[in-house]
Amino acid sequence: MRSCRRLLSELKLWTSGRRKWTRGLNEGLGGSGKAFLSTSRCPKVCIIGSGPAGFYTAQHLIKACQDVEVDIYERLPVPFGLVRFGVAPDHPEVKNVINTFTQTAKHSRCSFYGNVNVGKDVTVGELQGAYHAVVLSYGAEGNRRMGVPGEDLPGVYSAKDFVGWYNGLPSCRELKPDLSCETAVILGQGNVALDVARILLSPSDILKKTDIAQPALEALAESRVRKVLIVGRRGPMQVACTIKELREMVNLPGTRPEMVTADFEGVSEALKDVPRPRKRLTDLLLKTALDAPGDKELERRRNAAKVWGFLFYRSPTEILADPGCSRTAGIRLAVNRLEGSGDAARAVLTGEVEDVSCGLVISSIGYKSLPIDPAVPFDSRRAVVPNSVGRVHQAAGLYCSGWLKTGPTGVIATTMNNSFDTARSLLEDMDSGALDVSAAKPGSQAVSSLLEERGVKPVTFSDWEKIDSLETRRGEARGKPREKLLSVEEMLKAART
Amino acid sequence: MQGSGFKSLATVKSGNKHNRKRVGLYLKSVFCLLLLSFLTSRVNVVYIDRSGERIPVKAKVGDNVLYLAHKHGIDLEGEGACEASLACSTCHVYVNSAHLDKLPEPEEREDDMLDMAPMLQENSRLGCQIILTPDLDGIELTLPKVTRNFYVDGHVPKPH
Repeated sequence: MRSCRRLLSELKLWTSGRRKWTRGLNEGLGGSGKAFLSTSRCPKVCIIGSGPAGFYTAQHLIKACQDVEVDIYERLPVPFGLVRFGVAPDHPEVKNVINTFTQTAKHSRCSFYGNVNVGKDVTVGELQGAYHAVVLSYGAEGNRRMGVPGEDLPGVYSAKDFVGWYNGLPSCRELKPDLSCETAVILGQGNVALDVARILLSPSDILKKTDIAQPALEALAESRVRKVLIVGRRGPMQVACTIKELREMVNLPGTRPEMVTADFEGVSEALKDVPRPRKRLTDLLLKTALDAPGDKELERRRNAAKVWGFLFYRSPTEILADPGCSRTAGIRLAVNRLEGSGDAARAVLTGEVEDVSCGLVISSIGYKSLPIDPAVPFDSRRAVVPNSVGRVHQAAGLYCSGWLKTGPTGVIATTMNNSFDTARSLLEDMDSGALDVSAAKPGSQAVSSLLEERGVKPVTFSDWEKIDSLETRRGEARGKPREKLLSVEEMLKAART
Repeated sequence: MQGSGFKSLATVKSGNKHNRKRVGLYLKSVFCLLLLSFLTSRVNVVYIDRSGERIPVKAKVGDNVLYLAHKHGIDLEGEGACEASLACSTCHVYVNSAHLDKLPEPEEREDDMLDMAPMLQENSRLGCQIILTPDLDGIELTLPKVTRNFYVDGHVPKPH
């Protein structure tokens, strides 16, 4: 009787969609894989990390292959990675990609499992057992250290932590940076450095309308920081930031630029054969640093209470503390000169040093990937997973995408193309047989059992939507797009309602 | 009396004919105008997708070139990441020379985002900023081929 009913239900499933039927059969038969239609396949892919890399890889796989099912695992209860925790609060348009990611997450062949720590709650090896392929997209949660004495003094922070603090990353909640000093020095001249400078100097009236973390908003409103120096080892032609961010600094209300004219010697002559992006960027920098402003701009600058500027040809050698007091009081900078030109120019020490008084030092010299599982090959020198076009070396069935694959540079669009490349490699391998998808795999069922045994309860995408809705409602009350929950406990509580 | 009545009837009759003619002419010209505006509001666009395939599309004046491509299923993937807010360069297209100069100059914000696009050319524009006008009829938009290792491109600064 039961088998008859089962047969009938299988037939029904078959008429309503072969794919659905195959899945039902695989699960119903405990994954033995012997199906009536033995040529049908249901490749299952596991993606670790739910930032842009994870979601774009998932998107491409689902679009290109009608059978593939993708499960995305994320350590935090909330998805989207650096789109949520890295993009500056005053750049909401950049976060529009969340809409595309949400569409992917809600696709019938995609599932999101938050609150799962891969490496601790479940190993990569166990995931490889449950899935045909595993894609590592967990990005870069560490940061490069300056490697100078005094780096661990109070008052010195990595940009990664400072950004995490103002963006509500739970692990940065207790940062409580001291903003009672007048001068802040930022090491590094990329977009993250400019984001930090801009958030430090933005009027509260602007910040209070963004999704900035509330404690950060309150601390910045009380901030006594009036001067921000953005320091780089090399010259104006080597700044790593882009023109949009530079323009935002130049136009930042209540601030004026102040730079060293001598740093720009020879720069305009060198611009002749330079590609357009570098030329436009350097032109703006030159204009800001050297040109006499018009009357209106002059007036604006005269009324500006806050100052920012680039400091070139300087490398940090030591963070200085006041004698008898173990707080940051200044930074010792070595003076460099440049050898060579363009992107390949090298900073060479001249032997001179310079001390700058400051109470806040933020090092923005690069994020860094960390190994999460000893079973995964990791190049500690470059801090990436060794791979060729996303295929991890000496590890069949393992792939990587995003910053973990190429190193921590690039904007969301760069990561997008990088992830599509990895997805293409995976699909090629499926088609060629290099990746064997003929035998059925249990996928999330097996992982869910393991997690349950270990007392880990994943957060589903609809659970995230409860968190999302709570944050949005709380934000509305304050005139912000959302009021972020700041701890994993609060997030889980909201998810379980 | 009868004469005047006759006369008035004749006048009315001829007045009616005159009015009918007038109304008819009016209707005809409205129809012609509508037809003309319909015909002239059509803009023919050709997309050349990443595999080199030519895809002709019939569009209307006022259509946005990015959303038009989406509507016709052209290389949906990855384009318009920031949803036309000038915060990315994923809708980067090349415009054919005959129509390039007919486009209004890009605003500074578009140029800033274009600077981030790989394989930038003289005829590069952001698709989300191109709104079709009648003189763009016949415009050809080529989607840049994204090479597999494009992020190795030394020309584009690698910011984050």
